[in-house]
Amino acid sequence: MNLLNVLLLLPLAGALITFLLPRKSPQFARLVALAIALITFAGGMALATNYRVGGPPQFVTDVVWVQSLDIHYHVGADGIGLWMIVLSTLLAPLAMLASWNSITSRANDFFALILLLEFALIGVFSSFDLFLFYLFWEVSIVPFIFLVGIWGGDRRMYASLKFFVYTMAGSVLMLTSMIYLYTKVKTFDLPTILSAISSGRLVLSPTEQTFLFLGFFAAFAIKAPLFPFHTWLPDFHENAPPPVSMLLLKMGVFGLIRFSLPLFPVAARDNAPWIIVLSIIGILYGALLALSETNILRLIAYSSLSHVGFMVLGVFTFTQLGMDGAVYQMINHGISTGGLFLMVGLLASRRKSTAIDAFGGVAHVAPGLSTAFLITTLAGVGLPLLNSFVGEFLILQGAALANFRFAVFAAIGVILSACYMLWLYQRLFYGAKPDRTYPDLDVREWLCVLPLVILMFWLGIGTQTFLPAITGSTSHLLDDNRQSIPFRVEAARAR
Amino acid sequence: MLANPPASIEYLRFLPEIILSIFGTLLMVLNPLIRKQGSSIFGNLSILGLATSLLAAIYADSLGGEAFSRMVLNDDFASFFRVLVIAIGIVIVLGSYEFLSRERADTGEFHSLILFSVAGQCIMVSSNDLILVFIGLEISSIATYILAGYLRDDRRANESAVKYFLLGSFATAFFLYGISLIYGATGSTNLSDIHAFLLSPGRPAMIVGISAALMMVGLTFKVSGVPFQIWAPDVYQGAPSPISAFLSAGPKAAAFAVFLRIFLTAFPSISHQWWPVVWISALLSMTIGNFAALTQSNIKRMLAYSSIAHAGYVLVALTAHSDVGAAAAMFYLAAYACMNVGAFIVVSHIAGKGEHNVEVSDFKGLGLRQPVTAALLTVFLLSLVGVPLTGGFFGKFYIFQAALQSNMIWLTVLGLLNSAVAAYYYLRIVGAMYMQDASESTPVPQPLPPGTQLALLLPALGTIVLGVFPSAVLDFAIKSANFLK
Repeated sequence: MNLLNVLLLLPLAGALITFLLPRKSPQFARLVALAIALITFAGGMALATNYRVGGPPQFVTDVVWVQSLDIHYHVGADGIGLWMIVLSTLLAPLAMLASWNSITSRANDFFALILLLEFALIGVFSSFDLFLFYLFWEVSIVPFIFLVGIWGGDRRMYASLKFFVYTMAGSVLMLTSMIYLYTKVKTFDLPTILSAISSGRLVLSPTEQTFLFLGFFAAFAIKAPLFPFHTWLPDFHENAPPPVSMLLLKMGVFGLIRFSLPLFPVAARDNAPWIIVLSIIGILYGALLALSETNILRLIAYSSLSHVGFMVLGVFTFTQLGMDGAVYQMINHGISTGGLFLMVGLLASRRKSTAIDAFGGVAHVAPGLSTAFLITTLAGVGLPLLNSFVGEFLILQGAALANFRFAVFAAIGVILSACYMLWLYQRLFYGAKPDRTYPDLDVREWLCVLPLVILMFWLGIGTQTFLPAITGSTSHLLDDNRQSIPFRVEAARAR
Repeated sequence: MLANPPASIEYLRFLPEIILSIFGTLLMVLNPLIRKQGSSIFGNLSILGLATSLLAAIYADSLGGEAFSRMVLNDDFASFFRVLVIAIGIVIVLGSYEFLSRERADTGEFHSLILFSVAGQCIMVSSNDLILVFIGLEISSIATYILAGYLRDDRRANESAVKYFLLGSFATAFFLYGISLIYGATGSTNLSDIHAFLLSPGRPAMIVGISAALMMVGLTFKVSGVPFQIWAPDVYQGAPSPISAFLSAGPKAAAFAVFLRIFLTAFPSISHQWWPVVWISALLSMTIGNFAALTQSNIKRMLAYSSIAHAGYVLVALTAHSDVGAAAAMFYLAAYACMNVGAFIVVSHIAGKGEHNVEVSDFKGLGLRQPVTAALLTVFLLSLVGVPLTGGFFGKFYIFQAALQSNMIWLTVLGLLNSAVAAYYYLRIVGAMYMQDASESTPVPQPLPPGTQLALLLPALGTIVLGVFPSAVLDFAIKSANFLK
């Protein structure tokens, strides 16, 4: 059986098993869920090591699911999705470990939902059929609303309903675009549609392209989120259990790269200017809000808004460097922002608060946690040798190639990110010795933190492990994109 | 007319209706003879009758053709809806065991009325003649008027029954007026004859349009589409919950079947006149239903408004006036029956004696108290929202696909945005069950009796199968939609 199918099947089966395990012994359910997640992670590693750089998507399964509508179960891994799949398989067991003791009520359900979420995430990153993608995209919302709504903070119900209605509003517009495309080509299979476009069998007028593009864009911009569609994000992160926040991977940006660009090459370029403006506003606005925020989780949420701005900017520069940087930054975001959420969760569990005021001088009592947090902070602000530097550098370079002003504005965002992150670190960890002592990281917590810290260094130094696979797929994507609109682009370049 | 007595195969083509009528009469007769309180013999008999007629309906599918001077048309379309309405009947009877013993109201009358109503619906969906459609409609309607007021001592049920009866009679009168006009214009009540007549030159356009409009009024009332939806919230709220479940599924499915049959068989040639009207009705039904449901705190009323919205979705499929649209409407009605009946039966279970616990806040903490009930209701609600892997999603998807194929872009966009609005109120119930803790005033639910368990498992299974493996039902719907013309 194809490895990717195993990766999809394992968490799904695991979720069902964990749901059905006896509720009297939550510890057993936790162990079973963790074991399944770890086996899935091993599968993810095998996927990464067996992936050959370049060429078409690998580990492909393509079978017809609904004959009369030509819906396929078509999954595969290419360089854009590969690392996100592996990242999902890594973050799921880490999220479980991180919530091992903090989730006490209905532990079975929590761990089962994490596995269900992992299933949906892997599905999103591996679908090559529009319908299948939409399916996983929507299914991924369901575990989120329960994870936030049941185990979240004070305003959990508000946050989870807001998240759901927002994403649903975007998704249905995407669905409209998908169905419209279907009525034109009579298939939902992405490669088939793309070949129909490149061979000229499917011709969409510029107006059609624009509206279809906007339909997809609505879903992705809300999910990413891009300014001004971001207002659900701070509420979500403030109320979600921090390990759950960690799993909110950047599906929106991924969707832009996988679907919007190849399907609507002309519209993507035509609309690029205002999208870039929105992402630059997002970079700066997110950073400024983060500076003024008094809650740690909301601060990280705004920093995440700022990061998304970078990614979208990278995508819409239409340069190899920018695109690679965006994909790289998608991975980085999962690791460094995920790591921040993880550690804030550990911190919050010691003090039962997420207000910045509640802390100070933590470095005196918990040096291990402080060191790990410092590394993650530095990774977040883009210190060389750590992961985000690579992504941000590539994006800035790409932006400078496209238009130097973009790079200038974005670079201001980098500076601001150093301000708010270092200031946060100072307020949390330095200062007078606190009046009470917290325990430092124990073995379980080190096990959550260490893989992420190692990856921060690995992604920062061993770039060659990750980048060739990404470039192999993005260069292909950009080539196709360019061929679809040869003249206009060249003309614009010449000017 | 009976120069040629009907051949025996014609009776076989009409077998489900015959069986249902026999069992219905039998129950009526047994009612005064069996006076043992608390026995479920009536329920069991009516399940037996429904199950037999279900088998007969499946058997009759292999005997396609006309019967009784071309009044009955036993095609795949008829079989699809016969199976659907009989299956709804079975689930309703299963789900009402609990209600009937709780209210100490178990009589043969209740079950015989259900059987007669299902028989009426079967007649509606399998008739190819407006007179027979009308007879079926009346059999079904009169039984449901009585059922809505089945609890004689309950004032809300009485209000519900009177409202339903008065407004329903008006609607059927409109329908009948339409039939009489079309008979005057074309000289026939047979749908195929009307179609053939309308294709010939020199047809009286005006009067045909008016009669189609009058019939549309009657049918829009029956499916609770805007602007004839006002009765639905009051009736669904006042009627006993299992009956509300029945009203929202069975008669509605049959009325939509008739809607499809009449307008796609008899009136396709004047579709340019009627589809814009249905377009408006569809949009308004979705919008008014969903927005009104947003503010409801009574779940029965909320589900009533939601059923108006769902009628709007099916009307979207009608608006498409195509084979794909008809197939989409059929699929959606099957999915809708599963999810809505299931949801109402959960409400009936939680409502308790006298149906006092029907507020959203009465569902607080259900996720911990009764995990299985809560999980099943969640499946139904997610399907009503339209989350993938449920029948509700696939149905909605297919409907809007049909609409886009007929180039109704705005209707699609607005309709789908509507379902994002709808997500909010369905999720409020999910939120109450899982995200809020039960307070002291929250009623403690009784354990699920076996009948209700089965009545919840069957629709849940249906919802999931339609969402994951839609092909079988979808292909059948596509195949039978082709027969309409």
